[in-house]
Amino acid sequence: MRLAAILFRLAWRNLWRNHRRTFIMLSAIAVGVWAMIFMTSLTRGMVDQMINDSINVLPGHVQVHHPDFLDDPSINNPLPYSDAALGEKFAGGEFGQWASRVRVPAVISSERESRAVTLLGIDPSAEQGFSFFDYADVEGRFLEDANDNGIVIGKKLAATLDTETGKRIVIMSQDPENEIADRGFRVVGLYTADPVSVEEAYAYVGKSTAQSLLRIGDASTEAVFFGDDYRNVEALYDAVSGALDDSVSVQRWYEIDSYLGTMLKTMDGFVFVWIIVIFLALSFGLVNTLVMAVFERVREIGLMLALGMKPASIVGQIIIESMLLLTLGLTIGNFLAWATILPLQGGIDISIVAEGMEMMGASSVLYPKFHVGDMVLASTIVLVLGFLASISPAWRASRYEPVEAITKV
Amino acid sequence: MTAVRCINLCKTYRQGDVDIKALDHVSIDIAEGGFVCLSAPSGGGKTTLLNAIGGLDIPDSGEVYIDDQRIDNLSKGDLAELRLRKIGFVFQAYNLIPVLTARENVEFVMQVQGVLKHDSADKANAILTEVGLQGLEDRRPAEMSGGQQQRVAVARAIASKPALVLADEPTANLDSKTSDELMTLFTELNEHYNTTFVIATHDTRVMQYAKRLVRMLDGKIVDDIDQRAA
Ligand SMILES: Nc1ncnc2c1ncn2[C@@H]1O[C@H](COP(=O)(O)OP(=O)(O)OP(=O)(O)O)[C@@H](O)[C@H]1O
Ligand SMILES: [Mg+2]
Repeated sequence: MRLAAILFRLAWRNLWRNHRRTFIMLSAIAVGVWAMIFMTSLTRGMVDQMINDSINVLPGHVQVHHPDFLDDPSINNPLPYSDAALGEKFAGGEFGQWASRVRVPAVISSERESRAVTLLGIDPSAEQGFSFFDYADVEGRFLEDANDNGIVIGKKLAATLDTETGKRIVIMSQDPENEIADRGFRVVGLYTADPVSVEEAYAYVGKSTAQSLLRIGDASTEAVFFGDDYRNVEALYDAVSGALDDSVSVQRWYEIDSYLGTMLKTMDGFVFVWIIVIFLALSFGLVNTLVMAVFERVREIGLMLALGMKPASIVGQIIIESMLLLTLGLTIGNFLAWATILPLQGGIDISIVAEGMEMMGASSVLYPKFHVGDMVLASTIVLVLGFLASISPAWRASRYEPVEAITKV
Repeated sequence: MTAVRCINLCKTYRQGDVDIKALDHVSIDIAEGGFVCLSAPSGGGKTTLLNAIGGLDIPDSGEVYIDDQRIDNLSKGDLAELRLRKIGFVFQAYNLIPVLTARENVEFVMQVQGVLKHDSADKANAILTEVGLQGLEDRRPAEMSGGQQQRVAVARAIASKPALVLADEPTANLDSKTSDELMTLFTELNEHYNTTFVIATHDTRVMQYAKRLVRMLDGKIVDDIDQRAA
């Protein structure tokens, strides 16, 4: 252990030998790491928001359907459980917040136009806190309860249908016997959504109203469950699957909305690539610094070898020096990231510079999201790759010929 | 036991078009407890011979034995181990690690050997005092004179009580009084611990302390005098 002590001492003293070079390297590492974590937090915040919005508009973190519903989302594939039966099954706390819905394809008609929409019969009280209507703007009012007789549609759809709040529209669908099921509704609210395409796709009515329209008693087509974090739904998934048999299919949100799932993966991939790219830039500086340092110390390294220090210890000494430098830089960079992200978590308004973002389904306020995992990931990558990058200069130093070092005048 | 045995060592350097025989069939036996001075004019081959004995340089031909173990065919790692455990070095040109203080430089070999911290620190302090550097323990090499640096190097070479000390011009930067003190210290170590000394020098004062004086010229041993008889 005394050997380790002397190696650390040498590495530490050598690190501060050339103050200027060390400070420059430290700044580069700190800024690089800061950029890694900061950019990651922005991406993460953006993706979180997009996904949360989308999940809240529709899916729910874990969902239960009739096995055929996803291929044929019609009233012919309802859940084999009544609302009452579902209520009994999912009384426990391990299921998080849950709700059942009626989701069927339908045609919505005004006196001027008709459009195909997805009709959603929901119970607003059951979805409180998760429904997208907790976030979205509604002109007029939102549904009050499951028996509400009104309908809430998107602003864009209203424009297409040339209708407005207070006017009546007709919803037409099928009942389980394939008979026409239709009924008039008064438009009570118009919602705006981000992305706008949502505004044309979904029409919301009370769940009980939908059940009576479709003549399905208290059946529904899906049960949805909300956990704490969309990234971590396994426990919820296991709990829900455990409570059900295979007369239904249980799925995670990303299995249903594979676009979102893929996007999440892609973004995670981006983050990784981004970290690596910054590191590559850093590594040039690091390797260059080490090569210079090692080159300047030909004589003393030769001397240590001449005195009987093992080449492996020389390698160790250089690598410790590099790790000390990286660790210091990482500490500063992580601190900077933490200190800059925290005050910004309330949101950064980028609407001036980022009009196009909305088209991608992102909103114009960015909420950088501080994630300890990102810090750990960035730091680990920097340390591991930094270690690998140091091997070559360290190895070169250990190959010095002692006799040349001590005889040259 | 023979501390050092060299058989027919040859080492040729090429400088431009000329071959220089730095060692030309050198054979020498040095008994354990020997106190040998190598003297030669500059370029005579002293450093080359010390490097071959210390396992720092492999001769072109010939054999080197330390404590009856052949070393010219050992691996680099084994040679490093041998140098660390058995030999104390004072080099001619470059001796101290710049980022370490005098005490740390003296401790260095003991530390690498794994000697306990307070043991090595005590020894280092004691030896620095013996070579007249009391009070300078915490200076770095750049803050010391050439002669002081050289004494730190000597202190390091003897601090770990190696069986063999190879010293290349250890008194080159010292005044005659300090040289005498250093040589007296060497003599004491030689007598008390039976440490073998091989010292390359130009200095006739230093030669007087030697039990045996070996003169070299152009890579050959030309004279080998037992001074105790005289
Ligand atoms: N690396 C080398 N390359 C070429 N020639 C060398 C090299 N090392 C030593 N020599 C030559 O070998 C000969 C012996 O050198 P050596 O260093 O052993 O002499 P020395 O007796 O130690 O001299 P000094 O008293 O000046 O230190 C000299 O002629 C020297 O020029
Ligand atoms: Mg010499």
